[in-house]
Amino acid sequence: MKCVLQSLLLGCALLVLAACGTVPLRESGSAMQLRGTGDLGLVIERASGHVTLVNTSSRSAYARIGGLGDLSHASVVYSRDGRYAFIFGRDGGLTKLDLLDAYIVKRVMQSGNAIGGSISQDGRIVVAQNYTPGGIKAFDAETLEPLAEVPAEYAPGKFSKVVGLADVPGNKFAYALFDGGEIWVSDFSDPKRPVTTRYPAGQQPYDGLVTPDGRHYLAGLFGEDGVALLDLWQPEKGTRKILEKYGRGEEKLPVFKMPHLRGWSVAAGRAWLPAIGRHEVLVADAATWTETGRVAVKGQPVFVMASPDGRQVWVNFAFPDNGWVQVIDTLSRKVVQTLQPGKAVLHMEFTPRGEAVWLSARDDNRVVIYDTRNFARLGEISAEAPSGIFFTSRAARIGF
Amino acid sequence: MSTRRRLFAVALTLLLAGSAAVAAEPTPARQKELIHMVRQDCGSCHGMTLQGGLGPALLPVNLAEKAAESLVATIIGGRPGTAMPPWHRFLGEDDAQWIVARLMEGFPK
Ligand code: HEC
Repeated sequence: MKCVLQSLLLGCALLVLAACGTVPLRESGSAMQLRGTGDLGLVIERASGHVTLVNTSSRSAYARIGGLGDLSHASVVYSRDGRYAFIFGRDGGLTKLDLLDAYIVKRVMQSGNAIGGSISQDGRIVVAQNYTPGGIKAFDAETLEPLAEVPAEYAPGKFSKVVGLADVPGNKFAYALFDGGEIWVSDFSDPKRPVTTRYPAGQQPYDGLVTPDGRHYLAGLFGEDGVALLDLWQPEKGTRKILEKYGRGEEKLPVFKMPHLRGWSVAAGRAWLPAIGRHEVLVADAATWTETGRVAVKGQPVFVMASPDGRQVWVNFAFPDNGWVQVIDTLSRKVVQTLQPGKAVLHMEFTPRGEAVWLSARDDNRVVIYDTRNFARLGEISAEAPSGIFFTSRAARIGF
Repeated sequence: MSTRRRLFAVALTLLLAGSAAVAAEPTPARQKELIHMVRQDCGSCHGMTLQGGLGPALLPVNLAEKAAESLVATIIGGRPGTAMPPWHRFLGEDDAQWIVARLMEGFPK
């Protein structure tokens, strides 16, 4: 009798332990212990079709996964639990990857030539934006089964490359048509029957962003000086142009790489945007959208990224100045630091609360980590021709 | 008159010699640099595999019908009004000719 009770108690204890997760519940993959995903991320290795999975707390790599096709210009969005990465490859491959178990859950070829993607507010729809054939395609985030597509046919028989795809509240997606010169907003409330509204943008929008509050969509223009702005809270008012004629009619410098925009451009009540054909960062008041200044920098800005607290803006540059990175203090609006992290710095990513920033130096085959307070080098991770760095903190942001 | 003609001939020879020198093959080390540059830096618009992106595909099948000289001119001078920038600051005529010849036969890895 006593013996039975004892073994019963022991059984209960084991059950409790199992429920606490101290005993491995499964044996698949590499995740032998339960853990969260908030400090994880991945680095794209563009030339070899690999990704390296990283941990921003230990500042180390913990797995490497191959077989992802052409990853030049690849971008990544995360499921809302931060566990699954959706990787959009240049060759049109869409891969769903499990960061915890470190394996490819599913991979589909969704088009011939893709440029990025986004995930819906409710986390159920993943959308890819494509160059050829131009348009967007929606997939079930669970299964990657196709749901719907919106061809970017801006005139009969004419299709545009799609850029600047970003999620906006209401399970909608905003994007811009490079060849069509328009901003489109597609409402996926009914995932199989999206409803699209079109707005004029201007000449050759090259990328777009949604402000962190989800209210404004901005499309940077390549073919003219200016940025198209759509107030998504009052879309019936249509688009207007801001920062118009910032080039003052002066001859443009050649642009050897297209800049990128994303919601991190808004900091300290202002938007910090790359000028096109000028070695400047343009500053606009994020309430009135009028220009409030500009900051001279070392080259053609590519990424202009604010730290999570908005105190700093880090800028990298197009060829041939891509070995430099500059840091702007958003209070004084001055460049306070100029760094040379390595050869061909392609991308930067802040840790979730911004104590560190990771930068990829493609031609040095490494990712370098800097302290954002004192600019000390904290460490590095080797990776083959690294390009994009994506942390799971993106999962909780609007516009990604 | 004849001196003038002779001078002209000399000038012409110099010019031809000059352009022949310009059209020389880049050195093997330079070729390596050019391959890297085309795949990586041109690749940011044309795609690392040159299958196209913001800029058009640059595969042999896409270029077969085009005149090499005009492609060289596009690389050196860019195409105003489009996103194709001029590369003369970084590429000589000979570099551009070598790149176009390689593009037309299938660009090395
Ligand atoms: C910033 C983007 C960008 C970069 C970088 C770029 N190109 Fe282009 N390129 C374009 C665009 C856009 C076109 C098409 C122009 C047009 O509409 O006529 C083009 C056209 C061309 C063409 C003509 C193709 C044809 O079918 O007529 C060639 C050749 C070419 N590029 C070679 C290069 C090379 C070589 C490099 C690198 C040294 C390079 N490009 C870098 C954007 C770019």
